[in-house]
Amino acid sequence: MTTLDTGPAAAPRVSFFNDPVIRGIIYQVVVAGLLIAFIVWIVGNTAANLAAQNKTTGFDFLWKTAGFDISFALFPWSRASFYWEAFLVGITNTLLVAFVGIIFATMLGFTIGIARLSSNFIVSRLATVYVETIRNIPLLLQLFFWYFAVLKAMPSVRESILLPFDSFINQRGIFVPRPMPDEQFGFVWIGVALAILAIIALRFWAKKRLETTGRRFPVFLSSVALLIVLPGLVWFASGASVAFEPPVLERFNFKGGIQLPPEFVALLFGLSIYTASFIAETVRAGIQAVNKGQTEAAQSLGLKEGDRLRLVIVPQAMRVIIPPLTSQYLNLTKNSSLGAAIGYPELVNVFAGTALNQTGRAIECIALTMLVYLIFSLLTSVIMNWYNARVSLVER
Amino acid sequence: MQKTLATIALAASLGLVATTAQAAILDDVKAKGYLQCGVTGGVAGFSAPDSNNVWTGLEVDFCRAMAAAIFNDADAVRYTSLTSQERFTALSAGEIDVLSRTTTWTMSRDTQLGISFVGTMYYDGQGFMVRKADGIASALDLSGAAICIESGTTTELNAADYFAANGMEFNTVVFVDQDEVVKAYEDGRCDVYTTDSSALAAERSKFANPADHIILPEIISKEPLGPVVRAGDTTWFNIARWTYFALLEAEELGVSQANVDEMLGSDNPAVKRLLGVEGDFGTPLGLTKDWAYQIVKLVGNYAESFERNVGPSTPIGLERGLNALWKDGGIQYAAPIR
Repeated sequence: MTTLDTGPAAAPRVSFFNDPVIRGIIYQVVVAGLLIAFIVWIVGNTAANLAAQNKTTGFDFLWKTAGFDISFALFPWSRASFYWEAFLVGITNTLLVAFVGIIFATMLGFTIGIARLSSNFIVSRLATVYVETIRNIPLLLQLFFWYFAVLKAMPSVRESILLPFDSFINQRGIFVPRPMPDEQFGFVWIGVALAILAIIALRFWAKKRLETTGRRFPVFLSSVALLIVLPGLVWFASGASVAFEPPVLERFNFKGGIQLPPEFVALLFGLSIYTASFIAETVRAGIQAVNKGQTEAAQSLGLKEGDRLRLVIVPQAMRVIIPPLTSQYLNLTKNSSLGAAIGYPELVNVFAGTALNQTGRAIECIALTMLVYLIFSLLTSVIMNWYNARVSLVER
Repeated sequence: MQKTLATIALAASLGLVATTAQAAILDDVKAKGYLQCGVTGGVAGFSAPDSNNVWTGLEVDFCRAMAAAIFNDADAVRYTSLTSQERFTALSAGEIDVLSRTTTWTMSRDTQLGISFVGTMYYDGQGFMVRKADGIASALDLSGAAICIESGTTTELNAADYFAANGMEFNTVVFVDQDEVVKAYEDGRCDVYTTDSSALAAERSKFANPADHIILPEIISKEPLGPVVRAGDTTWFNIARWTYFALLEAEELGVSQANVDEMLGSDNPAVKRLLGVEGDFGTPLGLTKDWAYQIVKLVGNYAESFERNVGPSTPIGLERGLNALWKDGGIQYAAPIR
């Protein structure tokens, strides 16, 4: 013990209520008491109101037959499926559009953000116009614009535009052949896995060599080569083949193949383009936050342009970029709920919309939906915080 | 009980509080001085704002009739336009006093949602509309077609049932708002637009070229459309129900907006009872003695409302059909006022 014990006798004499410790305890007890009273009141109020409304409640409806159709699902769905399956369809459809949207928005956002700082007048001005236009128009309007503009621009089913490889584009979406790999194809996946392992080993080795000898090795190009050559060799050696099931025009629509409905395309477009305008500003802020002296220092070390960005500027910019970027990812995920307005069957449309209405279990459906968004948000936060911790300044 | 508690706990933990005004809706309505009525966002002939932004339609007339009975003023109504998804929640939460919005009377709704159906303002059935150019003659040819539907409706369930029952392939695109449904159909996203056949006719009347679209002969469901009130307030329920009956009874007795004053002197006891000349059928409802007189005087009888809003002389052009009075071969039938 290194603390200096002055003994109780030395403690200043204060009245009971002025003692900060006692005061602290009193305040905390009061706040906790109020919080509990508030929760009790809400539960009581909800119970009384539900009883007064003569409504049936409970989660048993999840195991009842849904009885409606969902246009776009990642796994088999029919009207005989259960409500919990509808819940799952909603979740996976939301995840799909959010995941792909985040990737697109990040790529587009970084490009525009860097373009805004370009020394080329036209490029930077175009980026400015993009950012200022897109982020100032409500997302819902943009979604309607994309959806109905996309629909209007597309030819009708019978006049579909034929793309290479038996693909078609029309008002009902984009149709591409569905790959049907045979059993031998499993070896090719093993080849891919091996290639990835080899790439990790190669990177490790190249870094070691750089540190010991100072000589560089073209890791990226050789990685790409590995990824193509190794599975390719396995493919030929194993004699695996992939059949393609092309979409075929029937009486009304194309059947078979993989369909990308216009609702998905429009939502993806709208979300990516909208969120990218915010990400672009975040990226610009991040890059501008890095002191110019860092660039000069890197130059004086003799680093090449690419290395300067990759090793000095971007890692420092990322520290500024990541926290607001996380918020944008969360926003994109939550904004995907607007897909309901243009008929994309995501969670809000399928579960908080159709399922809620068909069952009348408003509180249950909304609660579950909110829970899902909460979990999505927390997961995104956890992942981004982990990444943030990795890139943050290590203080020694 | 345990399930209920789990639900409540979950709801409460997420901060959801249902609010409701229980019982004595009539007192609340009288106190605020107007009737809050839930209607559609606009189905021509049923409830839609006209060029002067005044709500008109068969279902709007029901709201007006209730207001006439309560306030002697058919204009003492404020309208809340609701989507199919919002309607029951709005009613349960007390945001509206009565829902008069192309709502199908079904058992699960009547028994599980804490609401009560008043009667059937319009006997309808679900139909399909297609483009004439597609050359479809029957709903049984629709296998594989893309179908535009409004979400959270009985339409959505009926269509799934019909396609499953006939072994046909199904392909729906579901929107929250009816306007988007119609627009998506017009733009060619779907081959078929399905909803109650009356609403199909109403929407078609608004198309640029109504003649390019046909409504297929198959009617695949029963859709009794009627007003709805919150369950539990008998007085309020009775006012709504007897407003509906009064509209029918007036037609049956030949009492119309034009002749109602003259009919006050009628010798027919049934007419006397309806108009409050003999007996008092208003006070037990919590209304005045001449409640039905006010309805007919200010709104008209059922036939007048039908003719004015959806009848053959309107762009909607619906025949009375099932909605004729029982004595004219239809199934509209009012319990007697006595």
